[in-house]
Amino acid sequence: MQPLVLNHYTLVNALGRGLSPTFTALSTKKSGLRPCDFLDVPINTYIGRIAGLEEEPIVARLREFDCRNNRLAQLGLVSDGFDTAVAAACNRYGAHRIAVILGTSTSGILETEQAYRRRDMKGALPEDFRYRTTHENYSVTDFVRRYLKLEGPALTISTACSSSAKVFASAYRLMDNNLCDAAVVGGVDSLCMTTLYGFSALEVVSSTPCRPADAERNGISIGEAAGFALLERPQGRNDVPALLGYGESSDAYHMSSPHPEGAGARLAMKRALQQSRLDTTQIDYINLHGTATRANDSAEDLAVSTLFGRLTPCSSTKGWTGHTLGAAGITEAIIGCLCLREGLLPASLNTTKVDPNFTMNVLLENHHQPLVRMLSNSFGFGGNNASLIFGYPEP
Amino acid sequence: MIVHIKGIAVNGPGFGSWAELRNHLVAGTDLTHDPQLPPQGTILSGAERRRASPTIKLAVDVAQAALLSSGMDAEDLALVFASSNGDTLTIHQLCEALATPERLVSPTRFHNSVHNAPAGYWSIASGSRQPSSSICAGDDSFAAGLVEATSQCLTEDVPVLLVTVDLPFPEPLYEKTPGHQPFGVALVLDSHAEGSYAQMTISIAKSTPMDVTSMTDPVLENLRCDSSASRSLPLLAALAAAGKRLVVLRYSGDLQLSVTVEPLYVHSSCP
Repeated sequence: MQPLVLNHYTLVNALGRGLSPTFTALSTKKSGLRPCDFLDVPINTYIGRIAGLEEEPIVARLREFDCRNNRLAQLGLVSDGFDTAVAAACNRYGAHRIAVILGTSTSGILETEQAYRRRDMKGALPEDFRYRTTHENYSVTDFVRRYLKLEGPALTISTACSSSAKVFASAYRLMDNNLCDAAVVGGVDSLCMTTLYGFSALEVVSSTPCRPADAERNGISIGEAAGFALLERPQGRNDVPALLGYGESSDAYHMSSPHPEGAGARLAMKRALQQSRLDTTQIDYINLHGTATRANDSAEDLAVSTLFGRLTPCSSTKGWTGHTLGAAGITEAIIGCLCLREGLLPASLNTTKVDPNFTMNVLLENHHQPLVRMLSNSFGFGGNNASLIFGYPEP
Repeated sequence: MIVHIKGIAVNGPGFGSWAELRNHLVAGTDLTHDPQLPPQGTILSGAERRRASPTIKLAVDVAQAALLSSGMDAEDLALVFASSNGDTLTIHQLCEALATPERLVSPTRFHNSVHNAPAGYWSIASGSRQPSSSICAGDDSFAAGLVEATSQCLTEDVPVLLVTVDLPFPEPLYEKTPGHQPFGVALVLDSHAEGSYAQMTISIAKSTPMDVTSMTDPVLENLRCDSSASRSLPLLAALAAAGKRLVVLRYSGDLQLSVTVEPLYVHSSCP
């Protein structure tokens, strides 16, 4: 496929607001996870909460969109000058030629959760509750589109934890069919009770900071994040990272458990390699989905090692950020781009002893060395898989 | 973009199948006044059917009907699922449970609540490992799904099953988001013409704002405005018609989709 370049990208997550604090935390191995202090949720777990979101209201002109998820989106848009870069692109291409494609899994459901607690004697929801502009899955995309004053094709992709990886594939296809010239892709997912209590009910929430691939791993730490990238056709520069390939697949196995041999995961990685015309030896690093559940990490190990063998360096960065669910794809895509830029192979933070049954090469320490291409995995409920390959395009 | 339609299915108030809606549109047969039958989820295994919500069942029912009318294999088809509100009943039940002091959430209800649950159930039941996407664009979810499915079909050269489903919220959310009578529509799209019922030429229109195509029948026009899935009605009407038709659908913001539908008569009769 024709590579698409990421001239501008940004990320807000538990490590900080923007690329610089994120990279500092990665290179100093400082986790963003903290004991759960979200609302009055008494679950014994660690979370990747973004402090101060509560004090960052939505701009006045879009007040009807005010909710935690859109506040997080707005924080992302103003980080690293992303909104300014999009405004410049808008002048180049025209507002209707830039698409907005964002991933989320729960959007602003927290508003509805809280509104249900404020029902009146007759059971009606409070007057000030707005569903469409907060909770509906399109809300975040509509908000970002209006905030950036873009008028191109727009949609939300909501495939649970692969949502904001699949946005890259969707954007590529829109550009391939000449429906737009550039795309703002990304993902926003914020803490809510649905996911904290839901994953607890599935008994996959860890009481310690998550330990991906560890022999003693016992579940996920939930995080929140907003990440964005401006995707454009190459303009002759080879010093900015590019999307080189993507692969999508389904497990066709189970709603909330991965295929035990990672068959769907393997297919997604294989398709990404085929599409980028790369072989496994040309991938310098794999950012694993690595949620730290028993089932995910075992299946992913089988998928990775049967395809790549035992040498390719791998790690999950969820020990830093937590599992940001619908924003996991973009979070790890941007972390991947940062690692390419800075020459970092990040460790699997919090992991002390790799599961002895694993074959893949899990990194326990940060390695500072140049890398040219990386692959990022994102797998979601319903057996929904996406793999992305980023790297520097050939000059 | 040029794409071919190989399978059609619909289930909405007044019509349980594409044949019923088509007969009404072509021959003026009455729409049924019987209450809409609850979706069955026939392709699901017994255990999955017990876990599945009405949204999931309606989605897999229309998906299966469209697949049958296409004569294609489920394993070959990628899936695009579109809905404005997703699984309305499950979302209500979750928020209700989270408002109790115990906050006990059922694991099944939790995994059913993700927007891609119907797509997940479909892939498990049909055995398809092809890519599967689930999207939302508010009231324009069908139009956005049509673009997503068509661009995927052409770029990846894979046949795509596009399923759009909307169901009403129970109270109290219904008061905030009224409408959305149960409506499901599914189309099988392919880049290859052989064995197709119609060809669609799809483009995004901006500079020449045309009127969005409405339904002449006031009952169907009311229904069209009811949900994102029912906004497919003008396209279905064009597919039922004999000649070439232009359909204009509302798309993102002030963009519109212009869809030229040309029936192909390689089939002896429409599905």
